[in-house]
Amino acid sequence: MAVRISMKVNGKPAQAEVEERTLLVTFLREALRLTGTHVGCDTAQCGACTVHLNGRAVKSCSMLAMQAEGGDILTIEGVAKADGTLHPMQAAFKEHHGLQCGFCTPGMVMNAIDFAKSNPHPSEQQIREALDGNLCRCTGYHNIVKAIAAGAKAMATAG
Amino acid sequence: MGEALIGARIQRKEDYRFLTGAGQYTDDVTLPGQTHAAFVRSPHAHAKIKSIDTAKAKAAKGVLAVYTGDDVAAAKLGGLPCGWLITDVNGQPMKEPPHPVLAQGKVRYVGDQVALVVAETQSQARDAAELVEVDYEALPAVVDAVKARAKGAPVLHDIAPDNTCYVWALGDKGAVDAAFAKAAHVTKLEFVNNRLIPNAIEPRAANGAYSRHDDSYTLYVANQNPHVERLLMTAFVMGLPEHKVRVVAGDVGGGFGSKIYLYAEDVAVTWAAKQINRPVKWTADRSESYVSDAHGRDHHTVAELAMDKDGKFLAMRVKTTANLGAYLSTFASCVPTILYATLLAGQYTTPLIHCEVTSVFTNTAPVDAYRGAGRPEATYVVERLVETAAREMKLDPAEIRRRNFIRTFPYQTPVALLYDIGNYDATLDAAVKLADVAGYAGRKAESARRGKLRGIGYAAYIEACGIAPSAVAGSLGARAGLFEAGEIRVHPTGSVTVFTGSHSHGQGHETTFAQVVADRLGMAIENVDIVHGDTSKILFGMGTYGSRSIAVGGTAIMKALDKIIAKGKKIAAHLMEAAETDVEYDRGVYTVKGTDKKKMFGEVAFAAYVPHNYPHDKLEPGLNENAFYDPSNFTFPAGTYVCEVEIDPDTGTTKVERFTAVDDFGKIINPMIVDGQVHGGLAQGIGQALTEGCQYDDASGQLVTGSFMDYCIPRADDLPSFQVDTRETPCTHNPLGVKGCGEAGAIGSPAALMNAITDALGVKDLPMPATPQTVWRALQNRKAA
Repeated sequence: MAVRISMKVNGKPAQAEVEERTLLVTFLREALRLTGTHVGCDTAQCGACTVHLNGRAVKSCSMLAMQAEGGDILTIEGVAKADGTLHPMQAAFKEHHGLQCGFCTPGMVMNAIDFAKSNPHPSEQQIREALDGNLCRCTGYHNIVKAIAAGAKAMATAG
Repeated sequence: MGEALIGARIQRKEDYRFLTGAGQYTDDVTLPGQTHAAFVRSPHAHAKIKSIDTAKAKAAKGVLAVYTGDDVAAAKLGGLPCGWLITDVNGQPMKEPPHPVLAQGKVRYVGDQVALVVAETQSQARDAAELVEVDYEALPAVVDAVKARAKGAPVLHDIAPDNTCYVWALGDKGAVDAAFAKAAHVTKLEFVNNRLIPNAIEPRAANGAYSRHDDSYTLYVANQNPHVERLLMTAFVMGLPEHKVRVVAGDVGGGFGSKIYLYAEDVAVTWAAKQINRPVKWTADRSESYVSDAHGRDHHTVAELAMDKDGKFLAMRVKTTANLGAYLSTFASCVPTILYATLLAGQYTTPLIHCEVTSVFTNTAPVDAYRGAGRPEATYVVERLVETAAREMKLDPAEIRRRNFIRTFPYQTPVALLYDIGNYDATLDAAVKLADVAGYAGRKAESARRGKLRGIGYAAYIEACGIAPSAVAGSLGARAGLFEAGEIRVHPTGSVTVFTGSHSHGQGHETTFAQVVADRLGMAIENVDIVHGDTSKILFGMGTYGSRSIAVGGTAIMKALDKIIAKGKKIAAHLMEAAETDVEYDRGVYTVKGTDKKKMFGEVAFAAYVPHNYPHDKLEPGLNENAFYDPSNFTFPAGTYVCEVEIDPDTGTTKVERFTAVDDFGKIINPMIVDGQVHGGLAQGIGQALTEGCQYDDASGQLVTGSFMDYCIPRADDLPSFQVDTRETPCTHNPLGVKGCGEAGAIGSPAALMNAITDALGVKDLPMPATPQTVWRALQNRKAA
C-alpha cells in the first residue's frame, strides 16, 4: 500500500507517495534523486548510506522512509555551504587524501561529522572504533583516520 | 613557465564531486523509461534444470518480461569468452567449456544465473523473481580443486571429464631435480593461498539501453575497461558491430580486478533492452555480489627451495593446483600461470625454477584476477620459503635475502622475465631502518613481560606491471593487445582535454595524468581535464588492471604530448620567423636560441585555431594529437615489507603493531596518491592474512561466507597506521621512468604478516587467514606437543 510521507531534506520540504516497505535510502535516491547516498551492502555493515536524521548519523538502508516522517534529514548533498565551500570535515578528507573511489565517502563524512560533534579531540583509537560501522576497501583507513582527526579539530576551531 | 608538477603532492581534482555527493556511479544513472532487472540464481551448487515455469512471474504486477536460457539460446547469444589461451603440457589447448549468459540445462555453482526478470521497479522485479519456479535435480558437487581431480569426483563439464582445464609447466624440470639432489638443505612448505572475495564497496551494476533511432546500444556499467567489455560483448557474444555499441563506465566505486570482466548480467540487460525497447538496469545487492562476482586466489601449493650450505639458492620447485571455479572468467586462465610462475624468481638469483600448475573446474563462482593476480600468490610462495629457510639455517632473514639478491641489471630470470632495473638492497636497508629492527628485541621483551607473543616477518616482493608488450603477451596466449591509447585535445584558448584509455576507479588519474600534462605544457592543472571510461569519447584503450595505468596509459599521453609540442614548435618557428631547429621548448614556452624571442604555448595554440598567420603550406591547422603505446617490456616494482605483530596467547588475537613498507615504484608523479595506493593494498593483503577467507560448504557447495558479517574485510580498528617510504630506480624503458604502484601492498603484505605470526608462535606454518581461532589452536597444539 502506498503512504504519503513528508519530511525536511537538506533544509527543504520533501513529500512523496511511497510503498510502505520503501527504505529511507530508496526514497532519497529514487524519489528525490539524491544519489550521493550510496548502498554498499544489505546487512547494515558498510555505512555507505549514512545520513543525519535530526542531527544524528543513521544508516538510511536500515529504516523505512515512513519512519523518518516529519524528520529533518541531512544528506551529503546538503553538507557544503550554499556557495560550494566545503564543510571542514569534507575539506579535511580532501586535504588528507581520505578518499579514493569515493563510494564509501559520503557515509564516512556523515558519520565523521556526527562523531566529531561529540568528540572534538579524538584519539586515533577512538576514531578507528567510531569507524566500525563504515567500510572502505580502498584507503586502508590510514588517511581517513588522519582526515577525521584534522576535520574534528577544524570543526572545534570553527565552533 | 609553470611550476614543476611532477612529483608534487597535489590534492585530487576528482575529490570535490565525491565529497559533495555529485559522483555519477552506474546505479545513479536513471534513463527515460527506465526498467529494472533481477536475476533468478541457482540455490544449488550443481543441478540439472528439469523445467522452468515463468507464468506466475510474468503475471506479477509491473513485470515486463521474463527470460530464461531457452530465450538466449533462441536469440543465438554466444557464451562468455575467455581472453587468454593456455596451452597445456601436451601441446593441447585448454578446455573451454561454454559459459552461457543464462544457464542451459544445468547450473554449476550457487549463484549461477538462471533467469532474468524485468519490471517497472526494482522491488517488482525482485518480487517476481521469487515467483519463477525452477525444478532442479540436484547433483553431487565439488568445491575443492584437489578433490575435484580425484577419481569419481562429480564432473562439471562433459569436455573436461577430469575437471581439469589444463596442466601447464614452466622451467627445466630435469635441471631443477638435479640441483635438488645436490642441495645442502631443502626447505619445503605446503599451503593454501586462501580464496578471497574482492568486495569493492560499489556493487556491480549494469544499465543497458537500445535506440531504435540508429539501431544502437548503450551500456552503462561498473567496469575497469569499457573497450574490452565492448569488444568481448559485441564480437564474441552478441554478434553486433562494435560501432553500434557504446559502453560507459563513469565513476566506478572500486574494482580490484573484479570489474575487469565481461559478466553475464552485462550482456543480459543490454540484450533485454532491445527486446522490450526500454532501458534495463540491474544493480547487485551485496549478497548477490558475494555469490556472483569473480573471486580471487584459491591455490593449493607444494613449494621447495634448494640451497647450498651458505644459504645460496640453487633451485625452486613449485606444484600448484588452482581453482578456476565453475566457468572460465575473462582472464582466469592466465592468472595462475603467466602472472604467477613468471614471478617465482622474486628478487633473487635462483638459477633454476620449475613450476607446474593444474587448473581445475569446481562448483564455485568463477575465479579470476584480484588485486595482484598471481603475483601475491608467487610472492607468498617465495617469501614464505625464504623466511622459513632462514629460520631452518639459523640465518638472519635480512641476511639470507642479501646473499641472494640480484644486483646486475638487466637480469634474465629462469622464468621468462627480463628485469630492467632495481636496487633491492636499497629498499631492504631502508625498511630495516624505518621498521627499527634494531629496537625489536626490546619490544619483544616488553611484550613478553605483559604475557604477549611478539613476532617479526619480512617480505621482499617483486611484481611485473605495465602489462604488457602485446607481442610477448600474444606469444603466451593473450587474445588481445595490451597497448594503451591517449589523445590530447588543445582548445583554441589553450586549455586541454586529455582522453585516456586507462580507467580510474579510485586511482586518481584525473589528477596524476593532469599533473603530467600540465607540467609539460607549463599550465595550471585546473586547465587540464582527463576524460576516461566512455567508448564514444576515447580511443580504443585497454583499461586499468595490473598496475598498468601510469606506465602504459601515462606513456601514451606522453607520446601524444611529444607530437603536440613538436607541432607547436613548427608553429612557433613560423610566428617568430626562426628556423625550427633554433626553437627550444620548456614547460609552455618556445624560445629562439640566442635571442630573447619567445612565444607562450597558449599563443601557439591560438594560432593553430585562428590560423591567419600560419604556415599553411607545411601544416594543417588545429592542435589535436593522439598516440598508441605498446610497451617494450614489463615494469618491475619491488620493495621490502617488515611486519611486527603481537599475539594474545589467551585469545589468539593478532594485533598488527607495526607495518613498514618501502617500495621502489620508479619515478613518482604524486606521492600522496602513491602512499594511498600502498595503504589500500596493505589493507587488502592484511585482510587476506588475518581476516578474509571465502568458505564453501564441502557437502552442499553453499557459500558460507556470503555477507560482510561472515566474510570479514578489515575494519578501521583491525589495522594500524602504516609506515611507508619509497626508493627510486627509474624504469629504463618508458619516458616517465614509472613502474606502477596499485597492487604492491596486496602482493607483499600477506607473506610479511604470516612470517611475523609464525615467528611469534614458533611454528613452521599456519593457514591464512590467521583468525584468533586458528592462532589459538596452533598455540594449543604446540603446548600439547
